[in-house]
Amino acid sequence: MDNYFELFGLPEQYSLDQTALTNTFRDLQKSVHPDQFVSQGEQAQRLAVQQSAQINDAFQTLKVPLKRAQYMLQLAGIDLQAEQHTLRDSAFLMQQMEWREHLEALKQAEDLDGLEQFSDTIAAAQKQLNDKIAQALDAGQHHQDAPTWANEVRKLSFMNKLMVEIAQAEDALDY
Amino acid sequence: MAYSEKVIDHYENPRNVGSFEKDDPQVATGMVGAPACGDVMKLQLKIDDQGVIEDAKFKTYGCGSAIASSSLVTEWVKGKTLDEAASIKNTAIAEELALPPVKIHCSILAEDAIKAAIEDYKSKQPA
Repeated sequence: MDNYFELFGLPEQYSLDQTALTNTFRDLQKSVHPDQFVSQGEQAQRLAVQQSAQINDAFQTLKVPLKRAQYMLQLAGIDLQAEQHTLRDSAFLMQQMEWREHLEALKQAEDLDGLEQFSDTIAAAQKQLNDKIAQALDAGQHHQDAPTWANEVRKLSFMNKLMVEIAQAEDALDY
Repeated sequence: MAYSEKVIDHYENPRNVGSFEKDDPQVATGMVGAPACGDVMKLQLKIDDQGVIEDAKFKTYGCGSAIASSSLVTEWVKGKTLDEAASIKNTAIAEELALPPVKIHCSILAEDAIKAAIEDYKSKQPA
């Protein structure tokens, strides 16, 4: 499998230009559209379909920050998506537990203002973690110390889950 | 995907939900999380002078299978020694609850919660 970053002509970095990514995606998809290969026979068309699928996979991976981070760790030798690893960071998990308890309380109280405030708090914490990961991955630190940065990316999964649950709670109340 | 009857039973009537005072020297706390689904599980064991687990409580934020796995584990560990509790395998939990393959990680989480709690207890004991 080709490196997704190379496929898109991008440096192997977490921080990336979303517009450039989308534009390159469109150009690449056009260049391998099966219609372009009609005159070149079935085999060329089949190959084009395969390439198109790979470009699509690459785009879906690179455009989502968490997936992009997981992919970068995969390139560094840690497959976060297939693993059944258990996170054991007590302080981090205790904080997660408290936040989920707080979310439960806000849901029970149907406190939409409280939910909005809480959403801001969690978004800020998520951004802080995301920035920390961006700085390290852009600098290639995950190649020196993959386990440490794999753990930070695992934490990002919990933050994302919490943000999704807050958004769902807001939607449920905001009818 | 349908949950098994046992999962539904534990989900609807979870056993031993709650907390002990985590600073109590008799209490062991295991905190674990599954990055794949964002589930968080806290398992607490109350351990007597003989090293036997006299009570257990849990709190889990996650899917029905994660809640059922931790609820089941609190029932299983009561009356066991730490070594006996440490030998509980996720496969036994998965089998008892008839978990489908995609939910096996919930049983792994529960097994790891027991291990984390026991480690916490050992770290609390004076050397």
